[in-house]
Amino acid sequence: MAGTTPSQTVGPYLHIGLPWPDGPFAVAEGSPGGIWIRGALYDGAGAPVPDGLIETWQADPDGRFAHDNDPRGAVARPGFRGFGRCPTDQNGEYAIYTLKPGPVPGAGDTPQAPHIDVSVFARGMLNRTVTRIYFPDELRANEADPVLSSIADAAERATLIAGATADGYRFDIRLQGENETVFFDI
Amino acid sequence: MATSEPLRSAIRLPRYVRDHEVHPPLDSPEYRSTALRHPKRELKLLPHLLTEVTSPLFGEDRIGDTDNDLTRQHDGEPQGQRIIVHGQVRDGDGRPVPHSLIEIWQANAGGRYRHTGDNWPCPLDPNFTGVGRTLTDAEGRYRFTTIQPGAYPWRNHDNAWRPAHIHFSLFGQAFTQRLVTQMYFPGDPLFFQDPIWNSIPDEKARERLVARFDYANTLPEWALAYEWDIVLRGQEPTPFESDEDDD
Ligand SMILES: [Fe+3]
Repeated sequence: MAGTTPSQTVGPYLHIGLPWPDGPFAVAEGSPGGIWIRGALYDGAGAPVPDGLIETWQADPDGRFAHDNDPRGAVARPGFRGFGRCPTDQNGEYAIYTLKPGPVPGAGDTPQAPHIDVSVFARGMLNRTVTRIYFPDELRANEADPVLSSIADAAERATLIAGATADGYRFDIRLQGENETVFFDI
Repeated sequence: MATSEPLRSAIRLPRYVRDHEVHPPLDSPEYRSTALRHPKRELKLLPHLLTEVTSPLFGEDRIGDTDNDLTRQHDGEPQGQRIIVHGQVRDGDGRPVPHSLIEIWQANAGGRYRHTGDNWPCPLDPNFTGVGRTLTDAEGRYRFTTIQPGAYPWRNHDNAWRPAHIHFSLFGQAFTQRLVTQMYFPGDPLFFQDPIWNSIPDEKARERLVARFDYANTLPEWALAYEWDIVLRGQEPTPFESDEDDD
């Protein structure tokens, strides 16, 4: 088995190569059910990270994916990409416009609560970090979620739950320090 | 039970190799910017469920005509040595990764990026943007035409220089396979002092980031060539498959 190619940092000049004009829009602006997920990326000193990139990947509102690795079959929802990408600005802020995902089957008999997988890239990070966004209006599903409930500490769990806002949700990401976001071994 | 059927089938999801020992530690003190940008808590294990084994699949609609030829994106020719960079993307089991998006970005021949934050005193090239994109073909192969990038100084340590490199971003076919990395050139004299290249603990893994000079694929009187294969994570054998192997 060949060894995999190692990761390297995106470096300080990721902005010339990675952002797309339509990157933040997993679905066209103004689509029925469209929500903004906004947040900021902070370093261990609490300073905003202005040279980062946030990517999101998620199921559609029915919990389906347009991908053959889904044993239920690939289902493409017209106009929905499932993927969002946004560089952070001078204040560390990003914003992704998308649809709220539906619940997704887990392993065994436990369904997963609606969630969005997030990759964080930045200068000073030699590999991405991965986290998940869960929703504050899914209390019951969150309690039963196998990934969330595998995290024993309630304060750590809370770092994965977005806040509700007027036009969607807010999800800040703290790379280090007090209230450090939970990151996953993927 | 009919109700548990879709969940049971989820057991047959592919599981991807967790290859952490290959990658640089997020806390790499020699690269100073990692100090405040690495998680200090232990990472929590994320099982490879549906969101992790799927991924966005992009098509030709994301690729423009000159996106794989960085020397043809302006009216004039860019300065510097023209090079072909090509190779194959496979997974750790040797399977080609077809129809998958690759994005690259790089400095110009003098080592300067077309970026507002890059102000080292080397001129910008009006005929070079330094950004490319392509899809792998049915056999996982890709090919770019570009300019040999220059080395550039940075402030990580005294007299710090980055070896010449091209930034690569790959999606593969699953969220678990997403990779952002850098390709280097053989024999670069700056490797010894570069904390980013040296952050990779295993020497063999480090060498996998270095392209091979490919004389056979140079274009006579036009361009030199380098070959660089990329290996994304492979899959763990499933219990079902290992049972078969035992038989
Ligand atoms: Fe660079």
